[in-house]
Amino acid sequence: MTVLLCFFLLQACKKEVADANSKLNGNLLLHFDNKAGNNDLTLNADTLKNALGQDFVVSKFNYYISNIQLLNKDGSTYTYPQNESYFLVKESDKTTQEIQLNNIPEGDYEGLRFTIGVDSLKSVSKIADRTGVLDPTDGGADMYWGWNSGYIFLKLEGNSSFAPVLDSSTMERPIEYHIGLFGLNGATNNLKTITIPFNGSVVAVRQNKANIPTVHLFADALKVLSGSSSIDFTIESTILSDKNSINIANNYQHMFSLDYIQY
Amino acid sequence: MRTFSFICIALLLVFAGCKKEDTKTPFVGFTSPANFPPPTYSFTGNTVTEPGFLLGKKLFYDGRLSRDGSISCASCHISFSAFSHVDHSVSHGIDDRLGTRNAPAVQNMAWERFFFWDGGVFDLDLFSINPIQNHDEMDDTIPNVIAKLKADPEYVRQFKAAFGTEEVTPTRMFQALSQFMCMLVSNDSKYDKVLKGTASFTSAESLGKTAFEQKCASCHSGILFTDRTFKNNGLSLTADLGRGRVTLNPNDEHCFKVPSLRNIAKTYPYMHDGRFSTLEKVLDHYASGVQNTPTLDTLLKPNGQLGIPLTNDEKANIILFLNTLTDETFIKNPLFAQ
Repeated sequence: MTVLLCFFLLQACKKEVADANSKLNGNLLLHFDNKAGNNDLTLNADTLKNALGQDFVVSKFNYYISNIQLLNKDGSTYTYPQNESYFLVKESDKTTQEIQLNNIPEGDYEGLRFTIGVDSLKSVSKIADRTGVLDPTDGGADMYWGWNSGYIFLKLEGNSSFAPVLDSSTMERPIEYHIGLFGLNGATNNLKTITIPFNGSVVAVRQNKANIPTVHLFADALKVLSGSSSIDFTIESTILSDKNSINIANNYQHMFSLDYIQY
Repeated sequence: MRTFSFICIALLLVFAGCKKEDTKTPFVGFTSPANFPPPTYSFTGNTVTEPGFLLGKKLFYDGRLSRDGSISCASCHISFSAFSHVDHSVSHGIDDRLGTRNAPAVQNMAWERFFFWDGGVFDLDLFSINPIQNHDEMDDTIPNVIAKLKADPEYVRQFKAAFGTEEVTPTRMFQALSQFMCMLVSNDSKYDKVLKGTASFTSAESLGKTAFEQKCASCHSGILFTDRTFKNNGLSLTADLGRGRVTLNPNDEHCFKVPSLRNIAKTYPYMHDGRFSTLEKVLDHYASGVQNTPTLDTLLKPNGQLGIPLTNDEKANIILFLNTLTDETFIKNPLFAQ
């Protein structure tokens, strides 16, 4: 009886291994290079200008990337496993700017799709399912509104001589853009899903490739403040959970672009 | 044969164990009263157990959840007032700082769809992060609180008893707090006893019930005495946008949660900012104080008339009826008290 059971177990194992081998998988890196116009973005250093010519310095630039999909040349779409598809990119932490995607089916991919922010389903998930960068008490603590349960999709902070003084004791003139809201119960929905075509080139994902291909992407922080709405620091130095957040989200959905593909 | 003896001995030990426990009331986990709607809290992954409940209770009463140890959940949610804060219009937190809203009763939480007066939180497990980290309430950080709990061997023991291992994590802390709060079920008021046929209303209470059903129950409806929506009930406006702050919908501005009226006599003062000290003042407001503001609920301006017409007799009787919603069994339950 025991022998028979072992036999069945072994058979079961064998079958699984065979299935896994039937598909060949490779890896892919996504690199997010934050910039300000044509220059590299620096924190607490370079003085930048918004579309209205108002100066500012950036002190923080963070955003969530989720629900990554790869667009195959054959017309199919590969969706990266949902639960592993949440990333928080921070300008202050180089290690967060490179995302490695593992076990991707072999193929020639000609584009990329992802959500800026944390999708509504994950935004209402149970606390035990909020781990890593989604843990509101740890990895996601700086990107979470407790009072209005939800993630901050993108944060841009800094200061500008055009912004009003908020605290007369420090005389600081901060700018703060914290954009979230996922549309719960008819609330504003600032989730944006964007597609980045590789402009005619393809990324060949293959098993056992010595060099994992890297898709280098730009994220232009200036575009958070310009595009369909030019943000004026004198009147909109702080946009948090309010209606104007829609303007910022409409702006930043265009901030990503392809830099180049590296093998 | 040896196996059989072993089983017999094991059974004997089990029975002996049971016998010894007979002196204590066995712990009954969360049960939904038959005449309540299905709970909205999802117990999947967080079934109420005795060790989990006891851990949640210990946390609820522990000042170490605040920066200087002075404020616990129970500081503003006191059992004898149905876990609200009587006589305090808005919550009083650390360093005598004042919040902006009235601390509501913590009762029948398993049926709440939204938390806070503006409903900004939709899951009880995600609630407690707020008072702990709020500058005017407990003013600590979750990692700091967890470090304090980890340093206490009794907590480590209780986390293990509740969750199987000694790991003290924020998720487990919030889940244990939810277990305690979900157990705070109030369904044994005089009103409930009348429903069960074990008590009866006085004639004034009956008149009050009739008036209540005609004049108040459109919003304070059902067995929970709330329709679980958000409304502008005609208060003079303050800067607090209420539900509008959460949804950013102009129609929700100055709307606040319709609270349950269970234990209402014990949870004064009233309204989101505690502006009315007595139920008399609340009824006076509905009868003659309703302000016509842009998002005023349509039920409060029937046929263009502001408010709800109430005679003095009706007001008095309604208050007598509301007093029957006080649940002494709940308020004095030693299982919930410190």
